[in-house]
Amino acid sequence: MGRIVVCIKGVPKPGTVKVDKETHTLRRESAELILNPPDRSALEVALRLKDQANFEVIAISMGPPNMVPVLQKVYALGVDDIYLISDKAFAGSDTLATSRILARALSLLSPFDLVIMGARSIDGETGQVPPETASLLNLPSITYVKELRFVDGKFIAIREDDFGEEEIEFPSPAVVSITPEIDYVRPPSLKRLLSLKDVNPKVLTNAELNLDEADIGLSGSPTQVADVFEKTLVSRGEIFEGEPDELAEKLIEILKEKGFLA
Amino acid sequence: MLIEFPLKEEHKIMIELIKEIGETYIKPYSLEWDEKEAYDPTPIKALAQADLFGLIIPKEYGGLGFGTFEMCLAVEWLSYFCAGVSTTYAASFLGAYPIILFGSKDQKERYLPSIAKGEKLCAFALTEPQAGSDAFAIKTTAKKDGDFYILNGIKQWITNGGIADIYIVIALTDPAKGARGASAFIVEKGDPGFVVGKKEKKLGLRASVTTDLIFNDCRIPRERLIAKEGMGFMVALKTLDYARCGAGAQALGIAQAALEVSLKHAKTRVQFGQPVYQFQAVSHTFAEMAMRLSSARALVYSVCQYIDSGAKDFSGASAMAKCFATDQAMWITERAIQMMGGYGYMRDYPVQKFFRDAKCLQIYEGTNEIQRNIIARELAKWIKV
Repeated sequence: MGRIVVCIKGVPKPGTVKVDKETHTLRRESAELILNPPDRSALEVALRLKDQANFEVIAISMGPPNMVPVLQKVYALGVDDIYLISDKAFAGSDTLATSRILARALSLLSPFDLVIMGARSIDGETGQVPPETASLLNLPSITYVKELRFVDGKFIAIREDDFGEEEIEFPSPAVVSITPEIDYVRPPSLKRLLSLKDVNPKVLTNAELNLDEADIGLSGSPTQVADVFEKTLVSRGEIFEGEPDELAEKLIEILKEKGFLA
Repeated sequence: MLIEFPLKEEHKIMIELIKEIGETYIKPYSLEWDEKEAYDPTPIKALAQADLFGLIIPKEYGGLGFGTFEMCLAVEWLSYFCAGVSTTYAASFLGAYPIILFGSKDQKERYLPSIAKGEKLCAFALTEPQAGSDAFAIKTTAKKDGDFYILNGIKQWITNGGIADIYIVIALTDPAKGARGASAFIVEKGDPGFVVGKKEKKLGLRASVTTDLIFNDCRIPRERLIAKEGMGFMVALKTLDYARCGAGAQALGIAQAALEVSLKHAKTRVQFGQPVYQFQAVSHTFAEMAMRLSSARALVYSVCQYIDSGAKDFSGASAMAKCFATDQAMWITERAIQMMGGYGYMRDYPVQKFFRDAKCLQIYEGTNEIQRNIIARELAKWIKV
């Protein structure tokens, strides 16, 4: 039986997040956390492989203690085991520090056939963690996969980019990130929901991961968040009138001025 | 609403799950399914993955072992989102009940696990063109032929026809014996000589599938007989006793949805300088809706709990729950259209669908006229003179 590890993230429920004024990072421990929506797609892909070929599916998440209810709900979707990667020393990690932490946790959970993640999170939206984690583990990285097939013991990824669709056969283990929009995600199981209070994630702290303080948390983050704010859209526009030829010329001038055209 | 019924934690968890399923897999599509009269297997797949087809299946066969009350809560909340979907769901339980109540150990082991997983849907086939309310007028025959039975006849207006894998068919094994002359059989999709007729075009419940079933020298092994020959009508009537509350529960869900949509409208629609809810003709109508819905709900819930407490004789009780709740749903949905005026009549808005869906509830699972016959009969037994 093969093993798939799905890395999931808890993101603040839109409208409930507060920003720490000093560090400019999200105060995750006080926010109401929900499962990052693209990770639901990632879990669905993993669970379909479990249905098809009996893979063991483990869900892991780096986050504060208030991630536990989110992980419990993930258990209700049908995964075999849940892990919380949590330590005060991890707080404030940017995508690179996070990737180091996840890579170390994944190495403790090896051997595995696949690591699956959502392509990006709805709070950071960088999409960097899956390829960074793959790189740190020295594994192939395939991003924005919309469908994952397992045929005759081989994995095939169908990914979509701006130019069309491509089919990639890849060796395992590998790190795959799943595009947010897949056709169908399953609901939780009532049987599991009824017994959730008895289900707790296994916890891995830095005592188990044994990472250098310089590589994790705020101190291990080469990127710093300058600010997090809710963007308000101010409508600004100009209306030009004239003949189509003149207007086209005018438009090209404006686009050049603004640096959109060379 | 104005009354909250006390619910156990497990009920609240189940209702939350159904609301999540309704919001994700049903609400965005229900008007479209109604418009196109299309059956979409997606919500059924979601219900199966959520373990909801196992609600009343005993635990030893992979189910949750819950009772009538839990089944009705599930059907009520599904109906709130789309009664067409809840009909597909509830009718599958109608088809499963004969196996649960009367099946042999072998039959239960063979069929109940895949029913509990939602892998196979069921259907219940009693009605024929000349036998609706007069169920005893059925003509489909099942002739014993060595180790087989050969079925011949037609069943009419069967919910889940074509999409079910398991069909409970009531057929005459001994026409001369009248009420003791029928037997209940399990027919499977693919059995030789069994075909499904065309899909019916309905006024409502359009997301559910209704077809004829045609048996033309349909040959089934004798192990498919449920209980004994001659017990067919008893199996059917006992099954209907249990399932009637489900129809009542559908009525609650539809009526709740209709009340909410029309109430929201009445509070925001401004005419003559004020929301129309301020006019007593309107607000009194809503007060009436609330009373009727709450009393229907109280009756359905208390009958469910009566059945689950182990009552032996509950035909009259379940008939009352079905008849009253479905009549109230019809009244409430008709008034909901009226309270919304022109908006109630337009198919872009859901209230007209609730009205059309509610109508079938007064007809199927025993017309409300037959329900009144049952209630009157049971009432007469109750008082001795």
